Amino acid sequence: MEKARPLWANPLQFVFACISYAVGLGNVWRFPYLCQMYGGGVASVVVSFFLSMYYNVINAWAFWYIFHSFQDPLPWSVCPLNANRTGYNEECEKASSTQYFWYRKTLNISPSIQENGGVQWEPALCLILAWLVVYLCILRGTESTGKVVYFTASLPYCVLIIYLVRGLTLHGATNGLAYMFTPKLEQLANPKAWINAATQIFFSLGLGFGSLIAFASYNEPSNNCQKHAIIVSLINSATSIFASIVTFSIYGFKATFNYENCLNKVILLLTNSFDLEDGFLTPSNLEQVKSYLASTYPSQYGEVLPQIKNCSLEAELDTAVQGTGLAFIVYTEAIKNMEVSQLWSVLYFFMLLMLGIGSMLGNTAAILTPLTDSKAITKHLPKEAISGLVCLISCAVGMVFTMEAGNYWFDIFNDYAATLSLLLIVLVETIAVCYVYGLRRFEGDLQSMTGRSLNWYWKIMWAGVSPLLIISLLLFYLSDYILTGTLQYQAWDASQGQLVTKDYPVYALVFIGLLVASATMCIPLAALGTFVMRRLKRGDAAPVA
Amino acid sequence: MLWLLFLLVTTSHAELCKPDAENAFKVRLSIKTALGDQSYTWDTNEEYLFRAMVAFSMRKVPNREATEISHVLLCNVTQRVSFWFVVTDPSKNHTLPAVEVQSAIRMNRNRINNAFLLNDQTLEFLKIPATLAPPTDSAVPVWIIIFGVVFCIVIVAITLLILSGIRQRRRKSKGLPEVEDAEDKCETPITVENGIPCDPLDTKEVHLNEAFVPEGERLTPL
Repeated sequence: MEKARPLWANPLQFVFACISYAVGLGNVWRFPYLCQMYGGGVASVVVSFFLSMYYNVINAWAFWYIFHSFQDPLPWSVCPLNANRTGYNEECEKASSTQYFWYRKTLNISPSIQENGGVQWEPALCLILAWLVVYLCILRGTESTGKVVYFTASLPYCVLIIYLVRGLTLHGATNGLAYMFTPKLEQLANPKAWINAATQIFFSLGLGFGSLIAFASYNEPSNNCQKHAIIVSLINSATSIFASIVTFSIYGFKATFNYENCLNKVILLLTNSFDLEDGFLTPSNLEQVKSYLASTYPSQYGEVLPQIKNCSLEAELDTAVQGTGLAFIVYTEAIKNMEVSQLWSVLYFFMLLMLGIGSMLGNTAAILTPLTDSKAITKHLPKEAISGLVCLISCAVGMVFTMEAGNYWFDIFNDYAATLSLLLIVLVETIAVCYVYGLRRFEGDLQSMTGRSLNWYWKIMWAGVSPLLIISLLLFYLSDYILTGTLQYQAWDASQGQLVTKDYPVYALVFIGLLVASATMCIPLAALGTFVMRRLKRGDAAPVA
Repeated sequence: MLWLLFLLVTTSHAELCKPDAENAFKVRLSIKTALGDQSYTWDTNEEYLFRAMVAFSMRKVPNREATEISHVLLCNVTQRVSFWFVVTDPSKNHTLPAVEVQSAIRMNRNRINNAFLLNDQTLEFLKIPATLAPPTDSAVPVWIIIFGVVFCIVIVAITLLILSGIRQRRRKSKGLPEVEDAEDKCETPITVENGIPCDPLDTKEVHLNEAFVPEGERLTPL
């Protein structure tokens, strides 16, 4: 008796799995950043493998921050003292306490990608824990994954709602929201805006990773996939906008807080230099008094002038940060200024963790499904052992990202492992389904499975619009890569307390090339392989006949 | 005469205490920032309290137990509120060295702050850096404790799941041969009907319906 293929217990589990996978960290951190910049086989498995290697490091960082959130005061809200306890640590003074905690305490980052340093045991421990949690969730296949995704899909929404209420009631939130909804028209004309939007939606929905295919393969054939496709896409986009509202109200709060701090510093400086009465200078009369002082005490004012910073709310809002910067620096900076910051911190990082684990489940499913489907491997090893082996290998490779230069390698993976190969994979998938397999045959299959005929909208989109769009995106991407010349990265300079741009060394460039090539070359290689195998079979069949 | 003495005293005072004088320190208070509505006005009584606190701090230094309030001189009080002060020796001719004053103030900073309901940021002694409070460090960092708890829970859960998986698989592989044994046993019990044993059909040999074997051969010999 053959074992039946495991199935999702009910369609809701499948939808939740897709949502949990699709609604990932990308919605929370990449979409809001892009909003701000501008008023989305064997190849899929390779990309998924790259992704699972580096993505879990984010979960490790989330664990790190959660464990550190149970202290009063929060460790990233105060700078540590220097050696003779007369002031604060120098690096922390130059940067901010949140940046110091991120770059020094969490990453212990080296000044450049060449200086590797050793494996840091604290992030390494957190990474091992993150992989153990992922292993726990995928251990039993869809049976356990199905239950887990109820949780990982719904909890982030609860936390986002709580944050929405808290965020909108914060002082200065409206500044951020107004900023979000005023489009920068000149940026809309920039094609880069559209490219980034397209890549974002690709990455966000998890297309081309094979995870959706893996999840869908556990569905009943009669499943109404059209409806589910629409639902998942709509929910994903709605979540991105929802998360943006939350993020921008937090942005607004942080920007307003920093702006008022800046003003207070200027006021203090002027009060001390001119021995004015304490409390005389307020933000409202600041400009008047400044001009009065400039005219009455010109020499003294001239001395103080270089130290007076021009405080601007716009400039604060313009500091666009994305990715790990947004999640771990900007948000923590906003959280440390809220009341009961420990609670908000735990909630926030728990949500990040849920999002990350939900996406990891999808990634590992994409890798494990083809492995567990192949009879050759399941004969020798049980399912648990295969999952364990995959987790172990990925964990071992992931240790690279816990080294001192690990964050630079993380950025390489984050920027290059998915983008170009993704577009290519999806293009090939679309063309394969529509033209090689035949749109009519596909239509017939769908009709026999779901009992519903294909709407003309889908046909036009799949056969015409999508391939064109993807090809144009690919061309833009390639031309952009070629025009920018050599690739650069942001390195943390401890002496200055800020990021500096540096060029990649040769071996890093070679690695990037390999990364992009390995995923994209899989498609033609696999095609070539199948072609050769068929030729050989035909060659064998001929003499027999 | 008295006027001359008075002039002498004030000039000597003026020489000893002036901005950027030797061994003089500038103090800056931000009362409104610290206390808001409950702030008090800075008047001569507050100045007297300040001089008393400085004298108190100096009396704690060995060899300076004889410092009096009159030895502390204040000058150049501005609206800020800021002023300069010096501490003179009993002869009122020289000022005490800055190092001694500095260490005395540092030792008693907390008492001075509390007397004025201020803290290190709102009562500033320029050129006297405050000793910042070290952060409270527990012996074992908190995060390792929580990490340990979560780690143990996850390991236990994984072991439970793996064990239950192994048990299920063993039960399944045991279950199939058990089912086959039961079917074999079904063949062996002999059913008796009307006192006549009915043997089950023996498929290996010729199909004989033994129910129709003539009973007479057994019961009644012809």
